[in-house]
Amino acid sequence: MSAASPVIERGTATSRIAGVAVAVIIALLAFAPQFLSAGAVDRMTALFIYVILAAMWNALAGFGGLVSVGQQVFFGLGAYFAIRLADAGLNPFLALFASGIIVGAVSWPLSLIMLRLRNGEFAIGMWVIAALTHLLVNLDRLVQGETGTSLISLNVYDASARRLTIYWLALASMTALLAILFGLLRGSTGAAIRAIRDNEDAAASVGVRVTGTKRLLFVLAAFGIGIAGALWLATSITFQPKTYFNVQWTAYMIFMVLVGGIGTFEGAILGAVVFFLIETWFGGAGVWYLVGLGATAVLFSLFLPRGLWGTIEERFGLRLLPVGYRVRLATDVVDPAGNDTQPQHTTTDRETA
Amino acid sequence: MTSPPDAAILSAAGIHKHFGALVVLDDVDFAMGAGEAVGIVGPNGAGKTTLLSVLSGAFPPSSGTVSFKGSDVTLLPATRRCRLGLVRTHQVPKPFAGMTTFENVFVAASHGAGLQRDEAYEEALGSLRLCGMLGVANRRAETLGLLDRKRLELARALAARPTLLLLDEIGGGLTDGEAGELVGTIKELRRRKIGIVWIEHIVHILLQVAERLICMDAGKIIADGEPQAVMADPEVIRAYLGGGPK
Repeated sequence: MSAASPVIERGTATSRIAGVAVAVIIALLAFAPQFLSAGAVDRMTALFIYVILAAMWNALAGFGGLVSVGQQVFFGLGAYFAIRLADAGLNPFLALFASGIIVGAVSWPLSLIMLRLRNGEFAIGMWVIAALTHLLVNLDRLVQGETGTSLISLNVYDASARRLTIYWLALASMTALLAILFGLLRGSTGAAIRAIRDNEDAAASVGVRVTGTKRLLFVLAAFGIGIAGALWLATSITFQPKTYFNVQWTAYMIFMVLVGGIGTFEGAILGAVVFFLIETWFGGAGVWYLVGLGATAVLFSLFLPRGLWGTIEERFGLRLLPVGYRVRLATDVVDPAGNDTQPQHTTTDRETA
Repeated sequence: MTSPPDAAILSAAGIHKHFGALVVLDDVDFAMGAGEAVGIVGPNGAGKTTLLSVLSGAFPPSSGTVSFKGSDVTLLPATRRCRLGLVRTHQVPKPFAGMTTFENVFVAASHGAGLQRDEAYEEALGSLRLCGMLGVANRRAETLGLLDRKRLELARALAARPTLLLLDEIGGGLTDGEAGELVGTIKELRRRKIGIVWIEHIVHILLQVAERLICMDAGKIIADGEPQAVMADPEVIRAYLGGGPK
């Protein structure tokens, strides 16, 4: 057969540089508040939360094929449980993370029902769950219906110390969640996740534990979005159920992922940055801002269906944070059976992910 | 709970399968030894693919039992049967379209065969090499043509390290030359002592591999034995050429 064994590549020279660059950027972001105004620190915190939301929705839909329009349920619950835990006397900052864990725990039994649904049923089913949960949360006397309540216990901290702490917590959460996601998607579980997305029956027939793998992804996404909801509560202090359980949150996630490039790890992050910039520049334009967002989404799905990063990746073969596998053939392949040789031998075809 | 004969690696007893009022499998009994190569033929609608699906665990039979390696697997899902070494390919190829050829096969090596990292890579590369697919290892599966998709079905199933392989019309839709290449690969599997159940319409291709032939018609096994004898069986000729009602 072939003389030298082919080699499996998990990264490229570019991706190794990118890895270092990511570490440097995160380190710079950690020191950034020294040079930023109070308002800018708050904005950056919002960006980190957007990145978490986009990355989680992308993992679920872009890698796992689980398209949900009800992810606001976990965002809302993240905030709600934080309120509840803080009210019970837990340190408000600790409450943010404890809340994320509870959201993940709640999503597990929910997955037993929801993962039986497929495609459109799952997507809409999640929206129904979000609407129901919204109503249930409204029944809690502490929340006082749509009047809402606030994370009062955060007020004991000095405003600037609070702002900085939340900034760092958001940065650390984003970094940790992205690292967990990257590790998961890059491992053999990640390959199973993509296989399930592409063909569930075929995945089962080659030994993939379909339901267990989907559940893992579902719970992880719930946990991440729960943390994001709790962090959002910490930045805005007030909790009104209709703000948090609003479908707009999922619409934002979808927007970020579609514009950035669905099914690519880099795409979700890029999409969050794009969304953040659009909001920063045009957010004051009221209704026209929303019209613009909608128009942008339509234009992207028509002309750049693979999103910004998907297009860049296809055009330039650039892969910064690759989760896939490339086979490098040591020598020119000699087909063992002397079969028809593929003309694409040496061309590198692009892959998603 | 019937215990299969000692020599049988796979056996099915009293298999019935109906979808609503439609009876697709009607009291099928089947057993084969380890390393045997069995061909299954029969007219369209005879129930061949349904039998394969019941054997592989894609869905359970309406009644009857399936045993593999001496244990009852009737209620075991496809995932678990694959991990035991009972692996199928699909008549209409089901590639993981958004993944590369290598990644398709790697999924089977790491999950079906339960191999880690380098071992999984080696297994996946070995399967690709055997099926002549190394040259397209980095292509996304959605860009592959029919022959390569058929090969990918085979390569992916092989990477799961089967002891028994269930092939569903792996040669269907291919030219004789293309199907001949697949036969070469399958003969190599025989040398590796992998058992094979192969459904195929192209009988002369099938006969290059099968040592035993089963003919199905209307949900029943109507002939089972040495290939030439089965092909000469009056029942089989009637099923294919239509002798009218008996």
